[in-house]
Amino acid sequence: MNKVRAALRTIGRLLAPPVRVWRRSLQVRVAAITALTSAIVVVAVGIVLLDQIGSKLMEGKQRAALAEADNGLRIAYEQMGTVSSDSPDAVKQALGSVATNLAGKASNAGVFWVTIVPDSSRYGPAQHTGDIDPSTIPKALRTAVDTTGRAYQYAPITGLPSGQSSALVVGERALTAVGNFDVFYVFSLQNERQTLSVVQRTVSVAGLVLVLLVAAIAAVVTRLVVGPVRHGARIAERLAAGHLDERMRVHGTDDLARLATSFNRMAGSMAQQITELEELSVLQRRFTSDVSHELRTPVTTVRMAADVLYAERGRLPKGLARTAELLQAELDRFEGLLADLLEISRHDAGAVELLPEATDMSLVVRDSVDAVATLAASVGSEIRTRMPGTPVIAEIDPRRIARILRNLLSNAIEHGNGGPIDIVLAGDDRTVTITVRDRGAGFRPGDADRVFDRFWRADPARRRRTGGASSGLGLAISLEDARLHSGGLDAWGGRPGMGAQFRLTLPARAGIPPGDPLLPLIPADVGRPGLQSARAAPAAPRAPAEDGSAARAREVESR
Amino acid sequence: MKGRVLIVDDDSPLAEMLGIVLASEGFDTSHVEDGSKALDAFRDMRPDLVLLDLMLPGMSGIDVCKAIRAESGVPIVMLTAKTDTVDVVLGLESGADDYVVKPFKPKELVARVRARVRRRDEGTDETITIADLVIDVPGHTVTRDGQPISLTPLEFDLLLALARKPRQVFTREVLLEQVWGYRHAADTRLVNVHVQRLRSKIEHDPENPGVVMTVRGVGYKAGG
Repeated sequence: MNKVRAALRTIGRLLAPPVRVWRRSLQVRVAAITALTSAIVVVAVGIVLLDQIGSKLMEGKQRAALAEADNGLRIAYEQMGTVSSDSPDAVKQALGSVATNLAGKASNAGVFWVTIVPDSSRYGPAQHTGDIDPSTIPKALRTAVDTTGRAYQYAPITGLPSGQSSALVVGERALTAVGNFDVFYVFSLQNERQTLSVVQRTVSVAGLVLVLLVAAIAAVVTRLVVGPVRHGARIAERLAAGHLDERMRVHGTDDLARLATSFNRMAGSMAQQITELEELSVLQRRFTSDVSHELRTPVTTVRMAADVLYAERGRLPKGLARTAELLQAELDRFEGLLADLLEISRHDAGAVELLPEATDMSLVVRDSVDAVATLAASVGSEIRTRMPGTPVIAEIDPRRIARILRNLLSNAIEHGNGGPIDIVLAGDDRTVTITVRDRGAGFRPGDADRVFDRFWRADPARRRRTGGASSGLGLAISLEDARLHSGGLDAWGGRPGMGAQFRLTLPARAGIPPGDPLLPLIPADVGRPGLQSARAAPAAPRAPAEDGSAARAREVESR
Repeated sequence: MKGRVLIVDDDSPLAEMLGIVLASEGFDTSHVEDGSKALDAFRDMRPDLVLLDLMLPGMSGIDVCKAIRAESGVPIVMLTAKTDTVDVVLGLESGADDYVVKPFKPKELVARVRARVRRRDEGTDETITIADLVIDVPGHTVTRDGQPISLTPLEFDLLLALARKPRQVFTREVLLEQVWGYRHAADTRLVNVHVQRLRSKIEHDPENPGVVMTVRGVGYKAGG
């Protein structure tokens, strides 16, 4: 069983390349099918042709042979008429000379031998010319001659020249005064065979040439069609690869030329639309960037003016003092939004540049925790840090990573309901993974993949705990920053009351994509009851199964 | 009078507001709108610090920065609306000591200005030798074989901070705090750019430094 399977596999392997060519090349397919069908036709025609020629040839031979036999019988009568039956020896002699005479005659029935079989043993054994063995003349023919007087048969005869085994044997009965003699003419079929084999060869060669010619013509004709099609496919691929200026060559006005023209028109309109869209997109991005940018100078002035007022609010009447406070607070929010808007527009424009430097990740984590310490204290959240004993060095852009961590931490504080927040760092020589976990409400199932959307809010009506800090762009920017590092950022939070966890995965070496995340996305303290549909993380065998609501925003980019 | 500040900015409301804020902190300010007039104003005023907008009519902030730097080590703080790497690094490389990104808070600006105007007068008759350099702390001079090396006050402070504790590794964050006066995490590119500028002045071979060494993944240290 196994051997059979192995053999099948071997055959499959051997067949694979031709099968591939067969599937891929229309030209090969058309040429092969044409060759095959024309071969079948040629073989059929050849068989019929050869059959016809053969039978006509034999008919002619038979006619000539019978004529020759009739003619010979006449001569035999004449010769035998002079012989007396009294002397068997004379008869025997006469028979021998008749046989020689008959055989010596030139004939248009080709080469032949003669054997005369007397019906009486008185006249001795059969006379024959050549090496023909009279005893091999078939019984059936003898019987037929006996009853009808004249018969013929194709039969194997012993004593023919080498290379020939059968012959056309014609037998006639001569009724003479001295007795009855059966005269058998053994006609050689050599000439006919030769003719037939020459015809056969000619037909075969002609057929083969015809088949090859037809196949070649088919290949050439298909090429005429397939060539432009292949050219079109190549151009389409180039277009798809972004070379929008590529066009097909157009020759003449035939169908292929029409195809090429239509193709080019399509490519042209596509290129135009793409260019328009690109321009629009560039314009839009520039607009966002310009607006954010132009706002900065006046905002700075307003900010400073508000600050001066705010600093003096103690000396202002109550209403004005509160106004100064509100102005100050809202300016914070406005500035945060403006900064995020500018940052995301830079990401959109591809204008961000990664500045990787070898960095001790624990320092980045510690700095980020310090930066949000006041905020955490204000809601009563404790931030617990867990880091390996050995330093984790990674080539990252510390400003961007610190920003991601600050953002994740302030999110955790904002949505953590005052519960403890865990930040865990793990790293090896290829990958750095950081998780940030809160004990808040988490997200609704299915929302985990939407938290990275711009301006997305889990609950539009929810009160914002920390006021101005978050713009709704924070996680979107964090994801862009992670992708900029060829890393990933994903979120889990689909279990009510179990909080949310974000996982940041970064490469340890700049430019080398990270390996699998070193920490599971779902926190260890979250059990995995059967009712939760768990699915295996595609690229993270070390991580436990992810929840149905866990998003995989990972997409390692290769820009 | 804590010092004189020259404000070079084409946006006059902002310049005026800057003037009000700095004046309330006791600085004497003067304002130029056009980049091409900045150098003349600088020569007239001899300020203790220049606040320079990068986007200026007449002459770009980068060029003004280079022109001032060519004749003075005066602290220059850039005002920039861009955090794009190229612009910030270009500004720092053309000689700016520090930068503030619009929109900034008055306190932030005042802190930056104060940090740069303040003279480090601690340490009396101190002379530090690091590698083949001699640092005269009260005289604010650095010499090699008796030949003075011209450093800006910032570069001097940077070298001094490192040289006071030879072979101790300083992270960029610590240097930002000690030299630039940042209390919170700030842009470490400030350190990188100024270490490069410092090296180009004090090292025999800046590509292969012998005084200010890089400690990979951590920061910098002075001496081997």
